[in-house]
Amino acid sequence: MSKHTITLTINGQEHTGEADSRMLLAHFIRDVLRLTGTHVGCDTTNCGACTVLLDGAAVKSCTLFAVQANGKSITTVEGLAQNGSLHPIQAAFMEYHGLQCGFCTPGMMLTAVGLLERNPDPSDEEIRWGISGNLCRCTGYLNIVKAIKAASQAMAAGGKR
Amino acid sequence: MFPNQFEYHSPGTVAEAVALLKKHGDDAKVLSGGHSLVPLMKLRFAAPAVIVDINGIPHLDYVKEEGGVLKIGALARESTLELSPLIQSKFPLIADAAKLIADPQVRNRATVAGNLAHGDPANDHPAVMLALGAELVLTGSSGQRTVPITEFFVDTLATALAPDEILTEIRVPVPPAGSGGAYYKIERKVGDFATVAVGSQLTLDKAGKVVKAGIGLTNVGTTPIKATDAEAYLVGKTPDDATLDEAGRLAMEMSDPVSDTRAPADYKKAMVRQLTVRTLRRAAERAKGNQA
Repeated sequence: MSKHTITLTINGQEHTGEADSRMLLAHFIRDVLRLTGTHVGCDTTNCGACTVLLDGAAVKSCTLFAVQANGKSITTVEGLAQNGSLHPIQAAFMEYHGLQCGFCTPGMMLTAVGLLERNPDPSDEEIRWGISGNLCRCTGYLNIVKAIKAASQAMAAGGKR
Repeated sequence: MFPNQFEYHSPGTVAEAVALLKKHGDDAKVLSGGHSLVPLMKLRFAAPAVIVDINGIPHLDYVKEEGGVLKIGALARESTLELSPLIQSKFPLIADAAKLIADPQVRNRATVAGNLAHGDPANDHPAVMLALGAELVLTGSSGQRTVPITEFFVDTLATALAPDEILTEIRVPVPPAGSGGAYYKIERKVGDFATVAVGSQLTLDKAGKVVKAGIGLTNVGTTPIKATDAEAYLVGKTPDDATLDEAGRLAMEMSDPVSDTRAPADYKKAMVRQLTVRTLRRAAERAKGNQA
């Protein structure tokens, strides 16, 4: 019905693409921009695997239309590492074994980055509340909480990138 | 999953948005946070031909106090409430409820106004705003009108909004000294809709007697319920255990839940009583801690 030309900044680079009004942001990122690190899990706003940062705030990209991101800035998991070095959250997930199968991990890490942006020194309790919109079916969350805690300390010690 | 095809509009002003709504009538839906509407569209329970996205309209995203009134704009997100010192200091009832709605990502998008305008008795803000005695500003093609929250909820998913109207502002009187509120929610898992939830707001005089009481019930009827019998009973009384228990019983009597996958109706009724008592007790504690 209505086609739209969408221009957005994704991981610091401007992209333009075409989308139907009904195309979801998650599909625009995966199928049009070919950035497949953003996963679609439940497709019902529950699991958080599709989480990206929209102008710095964590959102579930399965529950926004691509056209709503026109003119906005998006960060996906592909945008976390810079100049060949991992983001502190990625390094911490690796060190603390915050993943098993890895399916939830991109969304989990972007949610964590959004949380730490707002609250750089969260308690374990605040981390648990912070990731309550992300489901992991392998790890039992303990190592994810440890990883986010460690990332917060690393970012405080090393200065935010 | 993806919705049916629709025509998308992103107006730059409320007037343009309202003109689009007037033109398309029942075929159009307002998109604000979209976290009730988009899931319904993906499941094709809703298939509006026209979407009027109000997110591009400036000056609608605010939470502020003006002339003794809390004003929440149409695009204020749930997460704004969590971060607002005004809400945290003067509206503990709203603060309690805001952090129990869905999850952090949803709260970054979902709006307070949308939570009301959707007309779902399972949403949390309707009961909160019934307890607080909010007024809603509706803007349509023939101008603005103000509707008390008690006249807003007509039926399940049906409100007093005309097809060409947008809920542009929520107004809540700032409670006087000696006021406090609380919201408790029973949910199967974090972020779920309430099995039962209750919001209570009390104002106490210096002697500790109730001057004003507001009680809202979530997800125990076809509309959100204001437990007026319990509110009236409390006025002039000291909120001791026996008084709170009777208020809980009166609130329970006004609830009308159905059995569903969340719980049997009898359990829900019993929990309305319990949560009413507990929220009133917490509201009274907070009110005492907030005497001038």
